[in-house]
Amino acid sequence: MGGWLFDPAHWSGTTGIPVRLLEHLGYTLLTLVIAAVIAVPLGAFVGHTGKGGFVIVGLSNVLRALPTTAVLILVVLWAGLGDFPVYVALVLLAIPPIMAGTYAGIRAVDPVTVDAARGVGMRESGVLLQVEIPNALPLIFGGFRGAALQVVATATIAAYTGAGGLGRFVFDGLALQEFGQMLAGAVLVALLAVLVDLGFAGLQRLTVSPGLRPVGTGGTK
Amino acid sequence: MTWIFENWERFWEVTEVHLRLSVVPVLIGFVLSIPLGWVASRSSTARAILFPLANILFTIPSIALIVITPVLLGVKILDEINVIVPLTIYTVALMVRSVADALSAVPGHVTAAANAMGFRPLRRFLTVDFPLALPVTIAGLRVATVSNISMVSVGALVGLGGYGQLFTEGYQTDNSAKVFAGLIGTVVLAALADGLLLLIGRVLTPWARAGR
Repeated sequence: MGGWLFDPAHWSGTTGIPVRLLEHLGYTLLTLVIAAVIAVPLGAFVGHTGKGGFVIVGLSNVLRALPTTAVLILVVLWAGLGDFPVYVALVLLAIPPIMAGTYAGIRAVDPVTVDAARGVGMRESGVLLQVEIPNALPLIFGGFRGAALQVVATATIAAYTGAGGLGRFVFDGLALQEFGQMLAGAVLVALLAVLVDLGFAGLQRLTVSPGLRPVGTGGTK
Repeated sequence: MTWIFENWERFWEVTEVHLRLSVVPVLIGFVLSIPLGWVASRSSTARAILFPLANILFTIPSIALIVITPVLLGVKILDEINVIVPLTIYTVALMVRSVADALSAVPGHVTAAANAMGFRPLRRFLTVDFPLALPVTIAGLRVATVSNISMVSVGALVGLGGYGQLFTEGYQTDNSAKVFAGLIGTVVLAALADGLLLLIGRVLTPWARAGR
C-alpha cells in the first residue's frame, strides 16, 4: 500500500509530491496570514477595550458551524474556478480560532500588569503592543496552531473543485480507484500537519518571553 | 431558502441521513470516552499515552480518514460506516480529555466524604463523580456534536449522504440555491443540537445554578 508513496516517478514533475506539498503549504501559510490580518486586530481591539466580547463569541460559533465544502462550492459557482474560492473558504475557517485566541489571551493578562504599564506613563497603543500582546502570545499561538491544523486538514478539499495541493492525490486516487494514491495523499496531509505544528512550536519558543514559560519547563524563573 | 420549501421531501430525507451520521458517532464516542477518560484521570501513564494519541488522531483530515477507513475495514466506499467510524474517532479524541479533566476537577473532599459514607467505587463513580463531572463533559460534547454535524458533509465528496449531497449535486448542476439550502440546514441543525445539549445539561445539573 506504501508502494505509490515511495515510487520515484511520483516524486518529480509538475504534478509530483514535492510540488503538491508546496502548493498545500502555500495555501496554508497565505490563509493564515490573511486570517491573521483580519482576526488579530479584531480580537486585540475587543480584548483591550472589553467591548463587544459577545460579538466575538457569537461570530466564532456561527463560523465554526459553517461547512467549508459549501462555502468553497458557493464561491466557485459565484466567482469561477481558481485559488480565490479556496482562500475565502479557508480564511473563514481560520478566523475563529485566531480571533478567540487573541481575545482570550489579552483578557487573561493580569490587570495589575496593565495598570502598572499605564502608571509608568505608557500610551494606550504602547500598553497594547508592548505589554498586552507580548503577555498574550502563548494563547495567541494556541489559536494559530489550532487554526493551522484545521487549515492543513481542510485545504485537502480544495482539490474537489480542481485546485492543487495534496488533496489532488486523494481525489484523483478516488476517481481512478487507486487506494495507494488516496492513502499517500492522506498520510502526507497528516505529516504536513504535524510539521506545521512543530514549526509553530519552534516559533513560539523563539518569540515568547522566557518569563512567561510555565515554571519547571526550562524557564529562567 | 425557497429551495427548501419547494423540495421539502428531499430536504427532510437528507436531514434524516445527516442527523443519523452525526449523532450515532457522538453517542458511541461518548460512551467509549467515559472509561478511557476515567483511566486517564486516575493514571498519569494512561494520560501520557492517550492525550498525545488523541492529538495525532486530530491532525488526520476527515476526508483522509473517510477514504482510508474502507481500506482498513474491508468495506465498500459507499458504506455509511466510513463516516461513522472516523467521526467516532474524532469524538473520542476530543472527549477523552474533557472527561478526564472533568473527573480530575471533582473536589477531593467530596470523594473522601463519599468513601467515608461507604460508597463502593462503581456506585461512587455513577452517583457522585460522574454527575459532578457533567458540566465540563457536556461542554466537550457540545463542541464534538457541532464539529461532527459540520464534518458529515465531507463524506458527500466520496458519494455518501447528508446535506453534503446537496453541495455536490448543486456544484455539478450549477445550482447555488441547492448548496445554500444545505448550508442553512447544517448551521440550523448545529445550532439546534447545541441548544438541546445546553438544555439537557441544565436539567441534569440543577445544583450548578443553585445559590447564585
